[in-house]
Amino acid sequence: MLELGKYEGAILSSWGVTIALLAALVFVTWRRSVAVKRALETAEKRASDNG
Amino acid sequence: MSLWEFANPVKFMALSGKVLPWVIALAVLTLVPGMVWGFFFTPEAVNFGNSVKIIYIHVPSAMMAINIWAMMLVTSLIWIVRRHHVSVRAAKAAALIGVTMTVIALITGAIWGEPMWGTYWAWDPRLTSFLILFLFYLGYMALWAAIEDPDTAADLTSVLCIVGSVFALLSRYAVNFWNQGLHQGASLSVDKEEHVADVYYLPLLLCIAGFVLLFVALVLIRTRTELRLVRLHRLEIRERMKDA
Repeated sequence: MLELGKYEGAILSSWGVTIALLAALVFVTWRRSVAVKRALETAEKRASDNG
Repeated sequence: MSLWEFANPVKFMALSGKVLPWVIALAVLTLVPGMVWGFFFTPEAVNFGNSVKIIYIHVPSAMMAINIWAMMLVTSLIWIVRRHHVSVRAAKAAALIGVTMTVIALITGAIWGEPMWGTYWAWDPRLTSFLILFLFYLGYMALWAAIEDPDTAADLTSVLCIVGSVFALLSRYAVNFWNQGLHQGASLSVDKEEHVADVYYLPLLLCIAGFVLLFVALVLIRTRTELRLVRLHRLEIRERMKDA
């Protein structure tokens, strides 16, 4: 186990916040990308069906 | 072939679609080993103890916070001068990534500051200019959200981006300009004498490369989403006009 000494709290909280924020950013980006792509495909299909 | 060809959304979508998987793979291959190396396999520093491990997330995020604003400045200027939609959409796409990097830099800096300086916050030139940069990011995103007409929103946010660039510049050079406050100077420099020891420098470089590649991957995905939204918006308008 890694020994972080007296700075353990500062190190773990810094890394924890960073990883959580980066993961949230990636998740939000990915989810929105999928949702918009799907909505556009539906709209294009509707547009081509309606001529 | 001219760079301006990629201002065409169709060409941009085709090229970015091909490049994206490679950028994502490279981002993972640099960021994960860099962070693991920095966290698990670097020794204590004489002055900072183990808290030096915060450098691997604090320095890259702070660098990205400033450089993302610089990228937004360039793309906003391209919009103002040449009216290329891809460029201003790339600026919009980068804003959320920039604000996240700024928040990471501010939080990790505050957490690191407490054991080093005895306080989480000081009205130091670099910290203050970084806080103002964070507020500019929020203002930029709020302006995009508040204006319905996309071209007007693009014009106004581009002007805001130019104004905010003063603070991005101050965030980078505040320590040199005023030569006061608690924050130290740059940890990295072209002059090898000035940067941290190699044992910390190499994993730090890997983390910086990882953050840059993560940004490139995310900004490509987000710009593609923005361009799809433009197309979706146009189709919806056409549909409504047909129904009317």
